[in-house]
Amino acid sequence: MSDSALSRVNLFDSRADHASVAVESPLAYSLQRSGAPAPSAASRVVLREQAFLGHLILRGGAIVLDEALREVLDTGLPGRPNTLSWDASGERSIQWLSPDEWLLIVPGGEAFAVERRLRERLADASFAIVDVSGGQTLLTLEGEAVPELLMKSVVYDVDPSHFAVGKGVNTVFAKATAIVRRSGETRWELVVRRSFADYCYRWLLDAGEEYAIGVER
Amino acid sequence: MFQIYCPYCEELREEEEFHPKGQAHIVRPADPEACSDEEWGDYLFFRDNPRGIHHEMWVHAVGCRKFFNVTRHTVSYAILETYKIGEQPSVTAEPSAGEAAASTADVRQGVRA
Amino acid sequence: MNQQVQRLAQGGRIDRSRPLGFTFNGQTYQGYHGDTLASALLANGVDIVNRSFKYSRPRGIVAAGAEEPNAVVQLGASEAAQVPNVRATQQALYDGLVARSTNGWPSVQKDLMGLVGKVGGKFMPPGFYYKTFMAPASMWMTYEKYIRKSAGLGRSPAEADPDIYDHLNRHCEVLVIGAGPAGLAAALAAARSGVRVILADEQEEMGGSLLDSRESLDGKPAAEWAAEVLDELSGLANVTLLPRTTANGYHDHNFVTLHERRTEHLADSAPRTAQGARQSRARMHRVRAGQVILATGAHERPLVYAGNDVPGNLVAGAVSTYIRRYGVVPGNKLVLSVSNDYAYRAALDWHDAGREVVAIVDAREAPDGDLVGAARERGIRVITGSAVIEAKGANRVSAARVAKIDIDGFRVAGPAETLACDCVASSGGYSPVIHLASHTGARPTWNDDILGFVPTLVDGVLASGAAHGIYALGEVLADGVAVGSRAAAATRGEAAEIALPACQAISESPACALYQVPHEKPTLRAPKQFVDLQNDVTAAAIELATREGFESIEHVKRYTAMGFGTDQGKLGNINGMAIAARCLERTIPEVGTTVFRPNYTPVTFGAIVGRHCGALFDPERYTALHQWHVENGAEFEDVGQWKRPWYYPRKQGGKQESMHEAVARECRAVREGVGILDASTLGKIDIQGPDAREFLARIYTNKWEKLAVGKCRYGLMCKDDGMVTDDGVTSCLADNHFVMTTTTGGAAAILEWLELWHQTEWPELDVTFTSVTDHWATMTVTGPKSRALLAELTDDIDLDRDSFKFMDWREGTVAGVPARVFRISFTGELTFEINVQAHYAMHVWKALFEHGKKYDLTPYGTETMHVLRAEKGFIIVGQDTDGSVTPEDLGMQWCVGYDKPFSWIGKRALTRSDTARSDRKQLVGLRPKDPKVVLEEGAQIVFDPNHAIPMPMVGHVTSSYYSPTLDSGFALAVVKGGQQRMGESVYLPMADGSVHEAEITSTIFIDPKGERQHV
Repeated sequence: MSDSALSRVNLFDSRADHASVAVESPLAYSLQRSGAPAPSAASRVVLREQAFLGHLILRGGAIVLDEALREVLDTGLPGRPNTLSWDASGERSIQWLSPDEWLLIVPGGEAFAVERRLRERLADASFAIVDVSGGQTLLTLEGEAVPELLMKSVVYDVDPSHFAVGKGVNTVFAKATAIVRRSGETRWELVVRRSFADYCYRWLLDAGEEYAIGVER
Repeated sequence: MFQIYCPYCEELREEEEFHPKGQAHIVRPADPEACSDEEWGDYLFFRDNPRGIHHEMWVHAVGCRKFFNVTRHTVSYAILETYKIGEQPSVTAEPSAGEAAASTADVRQGVRA
Repeated sequence: MNQQVQRLAQGGRIDRSRPLGFTFNGQTYQGYHGDTLASALLANGVDIVNRSFKYSRPRGIVAAGAEEPNAVVQLGASEAAQVPNVRATQQALYDGLVARSTNGWPSVQKDLMGLVGKVGGKFMPPGFYYKTFMAPASMWMTYEKYIRKSAGLGRSPAEADPDIYDHLNRHCEVLVIGAGPAGLAAALAAARSGVRVILADEQEEMGGSLLDSRESLDGKPAAEWAAEVLDELSGLANVTLLPRTTANGYHDHNFVTLHERRTEHLADSAPRTAQGARQSRARMHRVRAGQVILATGAHERPLVYAGNDVPGNLVAGAVSTYIRRYGVVPGNKLVLSVSNDYAYRAALDWHDAGREVVAIVDAREAPDGDLVGAARERGIRVITGSAVIEAKGANRVSAARVAKIDIDGFRVAGPAETLACDCVASSGGYSPVIHLASHTGARPTWNDDILGFVPTLVDGVLASGAAHGIYALGEVLADGVAVGSRAAAATRGEAAEIALPACQAISESPACALYQVPHEKPTLRAPKQFVDLQNDVTAAAIELATREGFESIEHVKRYTAMGFGTDQGKLGNINGMAIAARCLERTIPEVGTTVFRPNYTPVTFGAIVGRHCGALFDPERYTALHQWHVENGAEFEDVGQWKRPWYYPRKQGGKQESMHEAVARECRAVREGVGILDASTLGKIDIQGPDAREFLARIYTNKWEKLAVGKCRYGLMCKDDGMVTDDGVTSCLADNHFVMTTTTGGAAAILEWLELWHQTEWPELDVTFTSVTDHWATMTVTGPKSRALLAELTDDIDLDRDSFKFMDWREGTVAGVPARVFRISFTGELTFEINVQAHYAMHVWKALFEHGKKYDLTPYGTETMHVLRAEKGFIIVGQDTDGSVTPEDLGMQWCVGYDKPFSWIGKRALTRSDTARSDRKQLVGLRPKDPKVVLEEGAQIVFDPNHAIPMPMVGHVTSSYYSPTLDSGFALAVVKGGQQRMGESVYLPMADGSVHEAEITSTIFIDPKGERQHV
């Protein structure tokens, strides 16, 4: 690793880590304006925003990135298109987005350190890392009616018999787009862009009404 | 509503995820300044519009964002193959009589609405 | 009171213990649970259900399914619940149902309309559409009003629909359409193989013809076998059963739209669920299937004879269905006119119901099948070699005229006998339902053995049973299993054993080809013989069309309206083709068929729209500051899908500012103090890689090789035709790292544009592009006091004019938040664009306002932004350009790197003869002579207002505003050769006859040397 490699990009920690700075997730306004029905025993879908996670876009060759990730995060790239891998704790995930693009999601506050370590490790290799943490948010959907709720929303085949745990795709969501991931038997995730988050939230509440959708806060 | 096999995602995906980008294999002249106006005009504006086999470029816009090529039959709308940028099509002519694709095309006589 | 005079005491699948009240045309009636509206009307002896479209003739129920042409009703008790175009034969009865005839004003019972209606008939001869459109256009208005009012094509509700609708995207290996014997057998075979199966059926109850079959399977009524199969299917996790669901459209690559009526059998508005939630009234299933099995059955063809539209004329199979399924006999004395054995069932069922069968009139000379024998055994009179040539009666059939006919000679071959009766049922054979198969353009194939068209099958499509021309029950079941297994195998299902139920064989004598029945008088003079009852098309109309020279069946269709609209030729098309073939002396396959189009039966707009309506009609994209804009009274403007603040009207003394006042105030604030704009919607693309700079040089018109770290540059982007497509500022963050901004509306397209060139032409360049539009919030602080304001919020950015110059960017902290600050300007004033991670945008924005009070920090919207940028001559791509404007047309030669080594995108085109012309439309400024005038955007420009009309138009206004700084209107415009015409006058003739004069000026109206942004 050379200092020159690091200096050829602008490595910038855009996170403000003081209590004095108010922070608003992409759903902050929506939760206030559209409300958040409390989950009940009847809720067949429960939604929760996993706000303020670190979202990094990784670009580059699979082999070098995989090696760097194993060293830095102790977990490698997912092996197949449209799949995910998780680290042992389950808190860090890497999703295939294209043959040379992955989405790395880490706990809030880790993104900058992870980016720096990856950059140090990758040095002069051909790659790129972009912090998009402010631009998207992760929603979890849990419950037995999630597949049907998703069938109302996305064109991709989300039948649980077809969409295995560990699968993730970028697809059309209503008239917007979203990343759809399945992280457990009845647990699904959506990654939505900040500017579309309110639309997606209102859509989910409306489409989820018949499943008594609840929102955990 | 097409269903298109993305050669990068390695699966069939719905048409809503794609954008069509016109005829495939249009290469930008290496030295534009050496082109006559007519040659440059041909590159810019003139495209094939065959009845039958057509090679088109599409992009998996809501997906992996990769461009790729499609061989499509413009009468039956059957997609005969998809292949990556830089690769050549394997289907370049109408299958001979008796093959499925041809019969598919023949029965589609109507004007597409 | 129960007046179900035609209801049998027992039999049928209705529940006599659950009576239901309903209203038809204002009259109340009673039916039973399990009835359709049609069966309940027949049970109550209602003969007339409509008046016909063109001739206003009384019409009754003809069929029992989707093919019903007459009983088309308007449904709904309240205005908001109105649904037009519902077939009474497909509408389940529920308590409180309210229906009206769609045609028939003032009343279907009174012949009042008939008098007027007959005039309508003269108004609308065959070729009505054709001839009307040839007539003066003004006539159409007269016709249309008349037609709408009298004929009535149903009406849409005048109030908002209280119901919700939705879509469900489904994927399966095998989609089976139709749950009759073939569909059930196919679904069972596919389901047992383990693949995902969807079975959709349009009726209330699955089972199709098995529900009213006279046959037994394994010694039990056929309906019991259906129930057993359905029971098994409903218990399988890989099977989805969709009753009340019509496959309406068959689209490319096995994409099928299924229209499920979820609550329309319960009420005219969807009831809440047990938990109190709203549920969708109708649902569109958007199904992508590996294999599609068309088990859509067949429609029986009625015969075409004189008076065949008088109430009491039915297709034979419908008679059986009403008797056996609904326990209703649609009359007392039946005459049955047939060309085949199968239709004899109607007479047997009628006889079993204890009513009189006057005669069976068979067109064949010597029919001898099992069913014929059964009829004879019961002593039913069978008249052979003959047909009903005419039904008599006005509002109900009173008699049938029966005569020997010579089919080949198309003539009546003997004297007519008149048989008193109140019902004539007919059958000319069966037409496989091929509509879906032809939706994707596949022409059907004529099959002489079954005297019908069968679908032509392409990859992934299979047909089974009657839809494929197979009618005998045993053969249908075997075919269903075979086809279902084939479909499953094609989608990697495992082969499964299916034991077929035992089924008795019935011998049949061959059917004869009979469509239109001859009459003593020639067709043109005989009483009307209807082909298409819904569109009132007669055999004479088709004959006339062929005489007038219309030989193509597609032309005959359009000339006569046969098979139009919601009917889609279900009963009439084959008969119509047969008549055309006879007149043209061709065979039916030679004449060919018309193309059926989606939808098979009408679909409500609600189902098409689904959830995409109201507040969810289209995505609304919000910036991280949206809530502040709302709370501070912003009016919003749609920019693409973004909601952007347009202006912020203030309330003063209870009165709200007008837009003009607000914009003038906001403009002054920026020019004199400090304003702030939420510019977060600008597209932002992070570009990394050692070749980033080279890539920029190829994609932009200007130079990038020397842009230093810490510097920003405006760039202009062209397509390879040399036309401007985008612009924006790109900043050098580090040697291999840039951030590009794009127009708000162009963000996604420009990212795709960059990828296009990288992936297809220059993959060797090591560079990547990632959208960071949503990651960064952008706040534009602009105006002479902006530096003082920002200084209060940052202590680590040196804001001194000489160390932080115009077109520099710096990183630091603003209000405690890490920020990149760019000194770029779209207003011409001293400007700082603050970029922070969007999560902190509200914090920074509020801090700016807290400190901005003393500077009267003024939020401004897109309208003020437009005025301010136009005063400086800054273009907006897409407003001042339209895809036909080059950088040179814009006078932006300063932004073109003519000597760059790589022939960048758009360069070569600039020297094409057309782009190099000197008289191209060029961007200029315009100052109206009258400063109070604000020219209309889009107004056309001429040089000589006294030129004879048409005046040569030499350009148009692209942007125009009132400038509070100039106290005058001003505009940007494109004018032919305009850059060489500074100071000249041009003229703008307006629609009201007035003409504005304006002077061509520079595009820069304020601060021409650009000093203010450098302070």
